Amino acid sequence: MTWLWSNLDLVGELILVHLALSVPAIILSLVISVPIGWLAHRYRWSRGVLLSLCALLYAIPSLALFVALPPITGLGLRSPVNLVIALTLYGIAVIVRTAADAFDSVQPEVRQSATAMGYSAAGRFWGVELPLAGPVLLSGLRVVVVSTVSLATVGAVIGVQSLGSLFTDGFQRGIQAEIITGIVATILLALALDWLCVLTGRMLMPWSSPRRSRRPALSDVRSIEADPA
Amino acid sequence: MNLLFDAIAWILDPANWSGAGSIPQRLWEHVSITAVVLVIASAIALPTGALIGHTGRGREPAVRVSGGLRALPTLGVLTLFGIWLGIGLTAPVIALVILAVPPLLAGAYAGFESVDRRTIDAARAVGMRESQIVGKVELPLGLPIVVGGIRSATLQIIATATLAAYIADEGFGRFIFQGLRTRDYAEMLGGSILVIILALVIDGLFAIMQRLVVPAGVRASRTRELRSRPTRSRAVVGQPITEGNQE
Amino acid sequence: MIEFRGVSKRFPDGTLAVADVDIVIPPRKTTVLVGSSGSGKTTLLRMINRMVDPTSGHVLIDGTDVATREPVALRRSIGYVMQNSGLLPHRTVIDNVATVPLLRGERRRDAHARALELLDTVGLDRSLADRYPSQLSGGQQQRVGVARGLAVDPNILLMDEPFGAVDPIVRAELQQELLRLQGELGKTVVFVTHDIDEAFLLGDQVVIMRHGGKISQAASPTEILANPADDFVAEFVGADRGKRALHVTEVGGRRVVFDGDGRAAGVLAS
Repeated sequence: MTWLWSNLDLVGELILVHLALSVPAIILSLVISVPIGWLAHRYRWSRGVLLSLCALLYAIPSLALFVALPPITGLGLRSPVNLVIALTLYGIAVIVRTAADAFDSVQPEVRQSATAMGYSAAGRFWGVELPLAGPVLLSGLRVVVVSTVSLATVGAVIGVQSLGSLFTDGFQRGIQAEIITGIVATILLALALDWLCVLTGRMLMPWSSPRRSRRPALSDVRSIEADPA
Repeated sequence: MNLLFDAIAWILDPANWSGAGSIPQRLWEHVSITAVVLVIASAIALPTGALIGHTGRGREPAVRVSGGLRALPTLGVLTLFGIWLGIGLTAPVIALVILAVPPLLAGAYAGFESVDRRTIDAARAVGMRESQIVGKVELPLGLPIVVGGIRSATLQIIATATLAAYIADEGFGRFIFQGLRTRDYAEMLGGSILVIILALVIDGLFAIMQRLVVPAGVRASRTRELRSRPTRSRAVVGQPITEGNQE
Repeated sequence: MIEFRGVSKRFPDGTLAVADVDIVIPPRKTTVLVGSSGSGKTTLLRMINRMVDPTSGHVLIDGTDVATREPVALRRSIGYVMQNSGLLPHRTVIDNVATVPLLRGERRRDAHARALELLDTVGLDRSLADRYPSQLSGGQQQRVGVARGLAVDPNILLMDEPFGAVDPIVRAELQQELLRLQGELGKTVVFVTHDIDEAFLLGDQVVIMRHGGKISQAASPTEILANPADDFVAEFVGADRGKRALHVTEVGGRRVVFDGDGRAAGVLAS
C-alpha cells in the first residue's frame, strides 16, 4: 500500500496510457468486424474462409505478433500504433465470429417481414438486423474488452508503456507491491470498461434483458419457442 | 522485406541448429513445458468441469472464477511468481497452469452441458448408473467441445510460454528477448516466426483431432441440422433432471 | 400388478404434482394415464421405475414396495419408451436396442441377435440396424424406442407420450402397431398421453387426471363414456358438447351414423 500511495501519479498516468492503447483497439475491431461478420453471415462461401482466417490469427502468440508486425506495417517495434494494430487484429479475430453468429441469430421471419413492409436493403440492415444482432454482438465485444485490456500489458516487455510497465519494472526491481498494483489496476480497468459496455448496451438496446444477451447461437432463439419443457 | 529475409536467414543458419540454446533445444523446451502444463492443468480442470457439467452444481461460481481468471494479465502473473520463486522453471509452470485452467474448465463444463438433457434422462430411465451416463453418454457426445477447450488452452499455453522466457531460460521466447537485448532484430523476428509456426501446427493438429472425436451418429446428423435444428432447450441445459420432470 | 397407495409428490419448488393417489394397475392390460399438462401423469409414471420418488405413500409392484429396490436394477427390469425416442445419438440402431442387455452384462453377440429379432417385432427392416438415429424418420425412431423398451423382455412397459412428436398419420400407424404388439405380448403397459382419443383407443383402463395431480376417474373407456364421474371428466372426454353423442339417420336405405358435429362416422352393420 505504501508503494501505491507514493506512486499514485505514475499509476494514474499509466492507466491513461493503457486506455489510449486499448480503447482505440476495441473500437476499431468492432467497427471493422461488423461488416466482415455480416459478409460471413450473408455469403456462405465466404464464411469458412473468413472464420478460418480469424481462427489462425487468434492462434498466433501475442508477443510473436508484436515482433512480427513492424516489417509489415513499417512502424517501429516500440511504436504504440504497432501495439494498437496488433490488439485490433486480435479483437477482429474474436468479434467476426460472434458478429456472424449475431446476424445468424436474427430470425428469417423477422427479416422477411421487414422486407415485406418495404425496408430497403440498407434500411433493413440499420433498422432491423443490426439492432437485433446487437445483444449477441455485445457479448462478443465484452470478451474483447477484457482480453484487450489484459493483452495490452504484454507490450511492456518490448518497451511499449502501459500498466504492464508496472510488471516489468516491479520484476526488475523486485517490488512485489508494484506488480500486484498492476494486476489489480488492469483487472479493475477491464471490469470498468466491461461495465461501461453493459450500460451502453442497456441504453441502446432496452428490449434485450441482460440474461438473454449472454448466450449467442441460432438454436437459442428457435428452441425457446419450440420446446414444450 | 529485408527484415523478413534476415529473419529467415537467421532461422536457416546452421550455427543456430546446434549447441546450447539452439533452435531444436528451444523447441524441445517450448513443447515440453507446454505438455507438462497441459497435463497438470487438465488433471485439475477436466474432472472439475465434468462434475460441474454433469451435476449442474457450482456452475455459477465456475463461470465467475474462469471469467475472472481470464481477466488476469498473464505478464502480471508471470512476473509475480517470478519474484516469489526466483529464476527457474517452477514459477512459469505454476503461472501457466493458473492461466490454462479457465479455458479447460469452460470447455469441460460446456461439453458436458451441451448433451441433450433428454438423452441423459433416457439413459437414466433405461437403467444406466451415473458413472455410465458420464462415461458412455456425456463424454462421447461432449468430447468435441472438451477438445475445443483443450485446443484453446494449448494455444494459450504456447503463447504464454513465449512470454515466460522473460522470467525463465526456456523456449522460443528466449530468442525474442535475446534479440531485444542485443538489438538483433533478425533473431527476434526469427524466434517469432518459429513460435507462430509451432502454434499454427499444433492448432492444425487439434482441428483434425476435433473432427475425429465427433461421434459418427452425431456427424451423420450434421447435414440434416442445416435444415432442421435440434429443438434442444437452452432453458433446461445446466439443470440436471434429478427429481424427474414436472410435465 | 402395480399399486399406488396414498402416493403424493411435492417437488422442491413447492408444486404438488401428485396428490394422494390410490390406484391399481392390472397386469397384462394397458392402462392409460390421460390429462392436460400439469396433471402429474408423467410424474406418476416415473414413480414406477423410481425416476421420481414419492414424498409420501408407496408404489408396489407385485406386492413389493419399489422403494426397497435398487433404482438402477429396477429400471433395467422395466421397459421405458419416451417422447422423441430418447435414443443415444452416437450409437447405431442395433446398439441402442441392445443398450440394456449390454448394461446387464449379456454377451454382445446374443444381445445383437435378440435386438435384430426385436426390429422384426416392431416392424423395422433389419437393414436399418447399422444406421444412426438421426438417419431415421421420426416414426422409425419411435419404433426403435419401443424395441429398446422390449429388449429385456420386461413384464412392465412404461410409455411416456411416445407418439406425441410424430405426425398424425404415423401416429395412427404406431397406435395400431402397439395394439397388435400388445395382443401378441400381453405386457403390463402404462401409457401417458394428453390425447383422450388415443387413451380410448389404446386403454383397457383409462385414468383421467386433473390439474394438481388428482385422479378424476379410472375405468374402462365404455364406463367413462357411459358414466362420467363428474363435469370435469364429461368435459374432458367431450361428452358434454355432444361430441361423442352419435345419431343414426337413414340415407338411401342404409343407416349412417353421424357424430355430434354432424360428420358421417360410419355405417351401421345390419
